[in-house]
Amino acid sequence: MTALTMAGLTLREASRRRVVWALVALTVTLLALSGWGFAKLAGLETSQGTLTSGEARLVASQLLNLVMFGLSLIAALGTAFLAGPALSGEIESGMALAVLARPVRRSAVLLGKWLGLVAFGCGYVALAGLAQFLVVRATVGYWPPEPVAGLALLAGQTVVLLTLALLLSSVVSTMASGIVAVGLFGATWVAGVVGGVGEALGNDGVARVGTVSRILLPTDGLWHGAMHAFQDPSALVQFGVERTGFPFLSDAPLTTVYLLWTVVWVAMVWGLTAVSFGRRDV
Amino acid sequence: MASDTAAAGSAADLVAALPPSPAVWCSGLRKRYGRRVAVDDVSFSVARGEVLGLLGPNGAGKTSVIKMLLGLVRPDAGEVMLLGRPGKDPLARAGVGYLPELFRYQPWLTAAEVLALHVRLVRARVPASEQHDCLELVGLADRAADRVGAFSKGMQQRLGLAVALVARPELVVLDEPTSALDPIGRVDVRDLVLALKARGVTVLLNSHLIGEVERVCDRVVILDRGRVAASGSLDELLGQREVKLNLEGVDARAEARLRATGALTRAGDWFTVAVPTDDAGTRVPDLVRDLVALGVRVHAVEPGRISLEERLLGILRHRPEDTAS
Ligand SMILES: Nc1ncnc2c1ncn2[C@@H]1O[C@H](COP(=O)(O)OP(=O)(O)OP(=O)(O)O)[C@@H](O)[C@H]1O
Ligand SMILES: [Mg+2]
Repeated sequence: MTALTMAGLTLREASRRRVVWALVALTVTLLALSGWGFAKLAGLETSQGTLTSGEARLVASQLLNLVMFGLSLIAALGTAFLAGPALSGEIESGMALAVLARPVRRSAVLLGKWLGLVAFGCGYVALAGLAQFLVVRATVGYWPPEPVAGLALLAGQTVVLLTLALLLSSVVSTMASGIVAVGLFGATWVAGVVGGVGEALGNDGVARVGTVSRILLPTDGLWHGAMHAFQDPSALVQFGVERTGFPFLSDAPLTTVYLLWTVVWVAMVWGLTAVSFGRRDV
Repeated sequence: MASDTAAAGSAADLVAALPPSPAVWCSGLRKRYGRRVAVDDVSFSVARGEVLGLLGPNGAGKTSVIKMLLGLVRPDAGEVMLLGRPGKDPLARAGVGYLPELFRYQPWLTAAEVLALHVRLVRARVPASEQHDCLELVGLADRAADRVGAFSKGMQQRLGLAVALVARPELVVLDEPTSALDPIGRVDVRDLVLALKARGVTVLLNSHLIGEVERVCDRVVILDRGRVAASGSLDELLGQREVKLNLEGVDARAEARLRATGALTRAGDWFTVAVPTDDAGTRVPDLVRDLVALGVRVHAVEPGRISLEERLLGILRHRPEDTAS
């Protein structure tokens, strides 16, 4: 009951704050730009003549991944900056006092905020992702092989990041938690790229960087799973071996074990947040 | 079987016959922030229906004590009971309304939405009309649909008062409720506390406006450097009371009559008579009757006492640490 009230409040906050308008503006810009780019791609002439439809699909599927990466970045930034003030910001400003003095459990308040942010993040990913798919279909006629699974993984990535941002928000100040969360997100992505390069070069040590970072913070792993769901299955065959390490192609779907690990990771981080928020003086 | 019921009945009677648990009870509260001890072994209780004033200089630990009572700050030691439930149980706060010292409410909500949110958090059924009455009580009725973010500081504090009162509390905790209010607002708060008292609601009031505390509180607890420096009812703390009379035509007999009541001091037409605390409430009327009978013209009779302010300053200036050094 408390959790639902708080979830509703969080959603209302998200919808009434400027962050939302920033998100909408960024998303619309990205959709418009990508629509323009894809439209050009359809009529593209290379030195060898016009692109065959197969080649166009191939390029489109990679470009789609690139644009989806942009979307996931917007989702990550947006939710991290919504989650940042959620705990420490309200404690610092004194807004939490009146609420926490009510007959509520702190864990229920936390659950409510988390649910609200999850609903917001997933809603954003679903809407923006779908819009992007429609843009791609209208311009080059490409439709990803597993759109729902891909969007679900992207939403999962957002959930992972906002859970982390909430944990940070329960221990450090508002701005710091948003920045650190986004920074970690970026760092894992880079580590993932480095790991990919390592694999391509057959260097186990370097490849391990990606693997370890994917386990520590599952955002990049989920992102690779999402890419795999978006890209044209023939892309890998076409590119052959030398493409491994290219950051906007993924060679394998996610394993169930990894998905389970992500769930455990989220539960663990959530539990840590509940402990830290429960003990905190407001 | 019959004896069982009888036993159960008598047990229930026993429980019912118990004096009601105090609205607030705390014992041995301690809190340190880093090296600094903010609250050191504070114990007190507030009976149901009582208005307790919490006084003390800046940094005495008043706000820290209040936050520990409400479970907002974890005490390092000590126990809390609110309305008969242990403070660790969130339900202990079901009947509590709280106005924080640092008040801020969701700026993206309207005043009416803030009240609705708090009613929902308490899971109380308070009709919208009653919530609106609450806003009216604090003078915000015409701003109900405005965003809180656009409120002035005093308006936010008024909203905070409405939040504290909206869910029909049994205990109201006000941490400096008038810090941002205009003079009229201060009087309003005083009337509001008196109205709560008349309804049997317990009030814990922390304020630096001693006159305010003196007018509305039954008892006070004075904190200093995290400890209870003094506590008791106003009568206990202030000892004697006095009456100031503005008199005309006082002769020797009238003056003797005045002296018979208590120690007398005179400044022009103003006579101040100390009235012993054992007074059953008849000395002053008797005195006035006798003075009138003696032909004295009585222009004014003002009850007064050693002000709480003087007493507070006395307590704070004569702290043991100071006398030792
Ligand atoms: N969050 C905190 N971190 C560190 N120290 C704190 C914190 N809160 C309070 N203190 C310290 O605890 C002591 C008591 O503070 P408190 O706010 O309870 O005083 P107060 O009696 O309410 O004072 P005032 O009349 O100024 O409101 C002060 O010395 C203060 O510095
Ligand atoms: Mg204070």
